[in-house]
Amino acid sequence: MILDNRLANKPGKLYNVPVTEDISIVLCGEAGQGIQTVENILTKLLKIAGFHVFATKEYMSRVRGGINSTSIRVSSEKVSAFVDRIDLLVALDPGRTKHLSKRITPDTYVLAVPYARLAQEVGNAIYANVVAIGAIAGLLKIDQLKINELLKQYFAAKDQATVDNNIKAAAKGYEFARQLKVSFELKSDPAVKDQLIMSGAEALALGAIAGGCNFIAAYPMTPSTSTFTFLAQQARAFGIVTEQAEDEIAAVNMALGAWYAGARALVTTSGGGFDLMQEGISLAGMLESPLVVNIAQRPGPATGLPTRTEQGDLNLALYSGHGEFPRIILSPGTIEEGFTLMAKAFNLADKYQLPVFILSDQYFVDSYYNFPSLDLSQVKVEKQFVKSAADYRRYSVTANGISPRGIPGYGEGLVAADSDEHDEEGHITEDLELRTRMQDKRRLKLAAAKSDAIPSELVGKNNYQSLVIGWGSNYHLIKEAISQLKREDVSFLHIKQLYPLPAEVEEYLKKAQKLIMIENNAGGQLCQLIKLTTGIEIADRILKYDGLPFSVEEIKRGLEKLL
Amino acid sequence: MSIDKDIAWCPGCGNFGIINVVKQALAELQIQPQQLAMVSGIGQAAKAPHYLDCHLFNGLHGRALPPATAIKAANPELTVICESGDGDIYGEGGNHFIHTIRRNPNITNIVHDNMVYGLTKGQASPTSRVGFKTPIQVEGVFEEPFNSLSVAIALNASFVARAFIGDGEKTKEIIKKAIQHKGYALVDIFQPCVSFNKVNTYQWFKENTYYLEENYDPANRVEAFKRSIEEGKLPLGIFYINAGRQTFEEELCAHEQGGGPLFKREVDRVKLEKLINSKRG
Repeated sequence: MILDNRLANKPGKLYNVPVTEDISIVLCGEAGQGIQTVENILTKLLKIAGFHVFATKEYMSRVRGGINSTSIRVSSEKVSAFVDRIDLLVALDPGRTKHLSKRITPDTYVLAVPYARLAQEVGNAIYANVVAIGAIAGLLKIDQLKINELLKQYFAAKDQATVDNNIKAAAKGYEFARQLKVSFELKSDPAVKDQLIMSGAEALALGAIAGGCNFIAAYPMTPSTSTFTFLAQQARAFGIVTEQAEDEIAAVNMALGAWYAGARALVTTSGGGFDLMQEGISLAGMLESPLVVNIAQRPGPATGLPTRTEQGDLNLALYSGHGEFPRIILSPGTIEEGFTLMAKAFNLADKYQLPVFILSDQYFVDSYYNFPSLDLSQVKVEKQFVKSAADYRRYSVTANGISPRGIPGYGEGLVAADSDEHDEEGHITEDLELRTRMQDKRRLKLAAAKSDAIPSELVGKNNYQSLVIGWGSNYHLIKEAISQLKREDVSFLHIKQLYPLPAEVEEYLKKAQKLIMIENNAGGQLCQLIKLTTGIEIADRILKYDGLPFSVEEIKRGLEKLL
Repeated sequence: MSIDKDIAWCPGCGNFGIINVVKQALAELQIQPQQLAMVSGIGQAAKAPHYLDCHLFNGLHGRALPPATAIKAANPELTVICESGDGDIYGEGGNHFIHTIRRNPNITNIVHDNMVYGLTKGQASPTSRVGFKTPIQVEGVFEEPFNSLSVAIALNASFVARAFIGDGEKTKEIIKKAIQHKGYALVDIFQPCVSFNKVNTYQWFKENTYYLEENYDPANRVEAFKRSIEEGKLPLGIFYINAGRQTFEEELCAHEQGGGPLFKREVDRVKLEKLINSKRG
């Protein structure tokens, strides 16, 4: 809760902080003013101080100028979702907060610190962002030694003068804030200090490593690049072949070549890049090649809003590639799930010899929060390839459609993979009866994959009247909004495997009197898929497609209207 | 050649000659089928791997080089040969051609160059000569022919050669040298298309080509470029060898410590746990 001297003039006026002690801080500044640095350092610092933290950012598609902001929730209890509410506003350029005007209310406390002037006193205006870190830390009464230690660590690669100046800048902000007579009381939780904190992008990359990924080919495209970058930085430590391809077409074809030779390959991209991969996806279908694609969604069509978020590419993944062939589509809701689903994707791809798509989005990859741990014992690399005998046939017809997958250089057999329709040996054929048998064989794998589907998660009671349905990064937003409604009769179904849709989804839907779908797109793409799969029409939908994630408040308001 | 295969080429096609010399080169170099991965795109030339005993990856039109590069990177112990046509490698896959040369994987790239599209029945290819008439290029080709050799030399490719299948023995020797060369090796092979190119015939190639001199120095890049842009009679032979270049696989830190093919490796879970725990700080 924030109390400041202004309250003396407004008796009885309390800031609108909900039940938990939970403060929403927004920092904004121009691109190039170091808002990202503030986010990186502050989230670490707050966690070290024992506070639960959630952070996400919104930014413009430019390197300098414009206006970017990062939203950080600090709490004495776990926080994992974006809120509109701003309790504390830190504007490095105080004149430029217009894009936040809807979120600024009379309850917003503006932390008025002369950031630029204090930075100049240290020697350079570039330290304004670190002055802000100091000021926020001052409000929260975080031990200054902890700040200094973290700054030393963060700027370890820089020269001593830079480190010293950053420490001085933080101290300036700290002292200024301490004199503001603002009290910023928040209970800390000793358990937080040793917890993990990472972004969705990092969790996806760690999941890939845990899943045995040893090959990544990609072309940089926001917001998928951060996962690619993380893996590139771990290439040496984990022996990951990393290549920035000339285009997405090369990337996906390299990944297929790598899988063919026994590697576990990942491609990361966003919608437009994935468009270019379509023929390669179709090739995966025909070669019966495993493939894992991380599609970090952003608003389209075309270039759309490059740095914003959307869940608009479910249909793209579902129908990608010409011809008919099976695939699996997964979408993580939590950062922990980003890790486990990505790891699992490699085993599923390998087992069923098909492409597996991970649908994430900008909000997911750019959000951070703390959580206790990642359970490595839950993820194992299950290599499915076999040592081939001299009479090996790559596409031998089997009862479940899955042919043992040999790889070149392992065994006596020869491995033929062909994009033409082929016989069991893998050689080009125009035998049309064989074509039908091969198509049936490939289709069989979908049924096998469906029986192995990743179950959905029901949040709330099993005897619900109303069921809210969601997928992907909306998980925590929906969960928090529903918990604020305090309605025992409302539960939430989070669908992790979108395709093939697990059988239990239909049962969950049939039990409800009322169904409400929440999606970050205009068309209700999961509604369409559910209609197609189960025949159930979900008429009540809360949809958003302005490029920003939902906020908890927005979902709560939407649900209040519909329930 | 496996004789029981139903071969899709026209009688008299230059592809027969090429596959024969490729087979002889492989036999003479004692490359076993189990250690050979042939990669191709789509087109008549791209069917070649199906008629050999080898591992094969017959991918998409224009996309033979990216999987070939990846196969070699995933398992450097394999001999990787990418064999496809001029439309596939220089047309649809032109961008990959450029960037594969920059990457320099240790693979051999055999390009069947008949200056026409065969499988789609007689349209111009990127190497068709100016004036070549087809059902599409009704008034004749006016575009500058794609000069793959000079492009490759400009990009400092590690091995650049041209052969004519009318001379099987010399073509075989060039292919052998290309396979033995460490790094990306381009072998552009002139071959007639007996069905759709009535201009650039066996006779035409015979009359319009000559071999680089015995004392020609393939280490001289400027000379190589000069010879590659010659008009009139077209030179044959090894134009350029840049022996010093590191290969793509050698440059990859994933292979720095040896470790062999990726399929034999396991995730270092201790290291992973450590990396995850670094996110606690």
